[in-house]
Amino acid sequence: MKFATSPVLELQLPTWRSRLLIGLFFAAFCGLGARAVWLQGMNKEFLQQKGESRYSRVIEISANRGKITDRNGEILAISTPVKSVWAIPEAAQPTPTQLARLSALLEMPPQEIRKKLAETERDFVYIKRQLPPETADKVAELQIPGLFQRREYRRYYPGGEVMAHMLGFTGVDETGQEGIELAFQGQLAGKAGSRRVIKDRRGQIVEDMESIKVAQEGRNVTLALDAKIQSIAFTQLKAAIDQHKAKAGGIVVLDVKTGEVLALANLPTYNPNNRTRLTGAQLRNRAVTDSFEPGSTLKPFTVALALDSGKLGPQSMIQTAPGSLTIGSATIRDAHAEGMLTVEQVIQKSSNVGAAKIALSMSAESMAGLFANVGFGAPPKTGFPGEVGGKVRPYKTWRPIEQATMSYGHGIAVSLLQLARAYSLFTRDGELVPLSLTRVDGPVVAKPVISAQTARQMRHMLEMAVSPGGTAPRAQIMGYRVGGKTGTAHKQENGGYAAHKYVSSFVGFAPVSDPRLVIAVMIDEPSAGQYYGGQVAAPVFAGVMAGALRRLEVAHDAPMKAIELPAEGQEVKESI
Amino acid sequence: MTRVNFILLAVLALCATGLVTSQHKARKLFTQLEKEQERARQLDVEWGQLQLEQSTWAMHGRVERVARQALHMGVPDPRRTQLVQPADVASDVASHVASDVASAVAGARAAPADSGAAKK
Repeated sequence: MKFATSPVLELQLPTWRSRLLIGLFFAAFCGLGARAVWLQGMNKEFLQQKGESRYSRVIEISANRGKITDRNGEILAISTPVKSVWAIPEAAQPTPTQLARLSALLEMPPQEIRKKLAETERDFVYIKRQLPPETADKVAELQIPGLFQRREYRRYYPGGEVMAHMLGFTGVDETGQEGIELAFQGQLAGKAGSRRVIKDRRGQIVEDMESIKVAQEGRNVTLALDAKIQSIAFTQLKAAIDQHKAKAGGIVVLDVKTGEVLALANLPTYNPNNRTRLTGAQLRNRAVTDSFEPGSTLKPFTVALALDSGKLGPQSMIQTAPGSLTIGSATIRDAHAEGMLTVEQVIQKSSNVGAAKIALSMSAESMAGLFANVGFGAPPKTGFPGEVGGKVRPYKTWRPIEQATMSYGHGIAVSLLQLARAYSLFTRDGELVPLSLTRVDGPVVAKPVISAQTARQMRHMLEMAVSPGGTAPRAQIMGYRVGGKTGTAHKQENGGYAAHKYVSSFVGFAPVSDPRLVIAVMIDEPSAGQYYGGQVAAPVFAGVMAGALRRLEVAHDAPMKAIELPAEGQEVKESI
Repeated sequence: MTRVNFILLAVLALCATGLVTSQHKARKLFTQLEKEQERARQLDVEWGQLQLEQSTWAMHGRVERVARQALHMGVPDPRRTQLVQPADVASDVASHVASDVASAVAGARAAPADSGAAKK
């Protein structure tokens, strides 16, 4: 049979079947089209998001905290990564051997770890934070399930206790808590950023999609501090405190040309790298945050005011006999009755009666004005956390006896930093220099307070105080002319003065021909017999000044001859 | 007409392959870049640790202790110290150039004490 004559071809299918089929196909296409519109048009964003989340990841970009360096770039504080070990308590069930090895590695008793892992209602428990990377690697090798590690940063202070008060420290989450770390928190802190990337199935980043937040590295801070001078100051202060069995002490070294704080140390101190068992006394930055009654170191200001007003000259005579002066019910005494003294000698011999008489010849208002002008009674605005302004009572409430005692530094309180800064008056030809904790590279604008001539006369007087006939021959340094003033004050206790507790101080500068540094030393409660500022604080000054001038390569301005000290028992004792 | 279509198809296929290849290359390079950046970060961390180590070893207290105790060194007496003024240095240098005998002798005499003692 031929194909053409096949009876099958004769069959006629009903037309509705083909129509139905066409209709069905058309409907299917319409369905697909509608679905496409639904997915591409209506649900596009949701689906795109879902898709991206399958392959894109947001990763964090960490930012380092800035370094703190000294003026020469030596590193004083730096952050470096460490590991913290954390656990999901429910999942972490170490075997006894694992636990024993873990406790040995972490230096923690096993009970403590077990106690932390027993908090099963929590999802996240730190076992130990800030481990050195090597220890963390060993912990990872134990392969305890449910125990994880996290990268963190820890701050290290190579200078340790020497710089502790100046630098302060950061908390466990790297925010500044004390000192420079707190004062410059905004500058030092980095801001972590984040970005979105595409990762392939091996976890490698293959494409950058967008930057969500730009990471900002913390900026470095360059301090005015000179690490070597700081080290010298700390060592000398520590030696003196040990020798005189003192309770505490502080020292400030200022560059008077720029107002930079080259060194600032306090004792007792602490190690910022290991801050377990800290006491408040160790943490206190006495030189900045404590004020004390300075005693005779304040006499030069009263005298300077008198000279500046033209009432007295350096050679004007003051009658200090019989060595005591009664004002109202109170009596001011000198250690030795001296008789007639010149104004210069009042400073050289540190006569209380002389200073009180000079003070009483002036108005309370002018004295208060000078105190305010040299920065007493107001914080020095260095930005250091907790700095104090000291205590100066309003002059309208001063009684004559108070005005007299203030002239030799009683009834008035200042911080060591303020005192050091105030002495810049004499070294800068009458200008008060602004203080700076960070390095200063340009010229500074200082505030004129007294005339240049008065400042020169004061420098001469203060140099006399350091000569063998003055109260501080031990402040002399070979090769340099030195000026300065001692202070010895009874400590205040329960509203009165303690009979046998003293604060010894010395503030001085060198070289006198062109002063570069001011150093202020304060020693609290020396209790090994000696307590005069000239005996206790002046030698510290001399040691630090000699070392610092050598470090700064300051030219000598005096012949190289052995230091003259007065014979035994011939030393001039200052009045307290 | 058909020929043109075939040519366009070939061009299209070529472009498509090129796009895929270049994308692949870009990703590979990017992975490499990421790796290098990670290495840079690692090195930065290491540098920080080395700086820390260096400054710990070079702390003045430690240097002084080693110098005094192990090496028996001390601060020279100020009488043996002579500070060189910049002007002196200049003349010292000039003397070498101009071979001025007198100042060369003075410079040579001052030199050992200065370079040893005046420097910190």
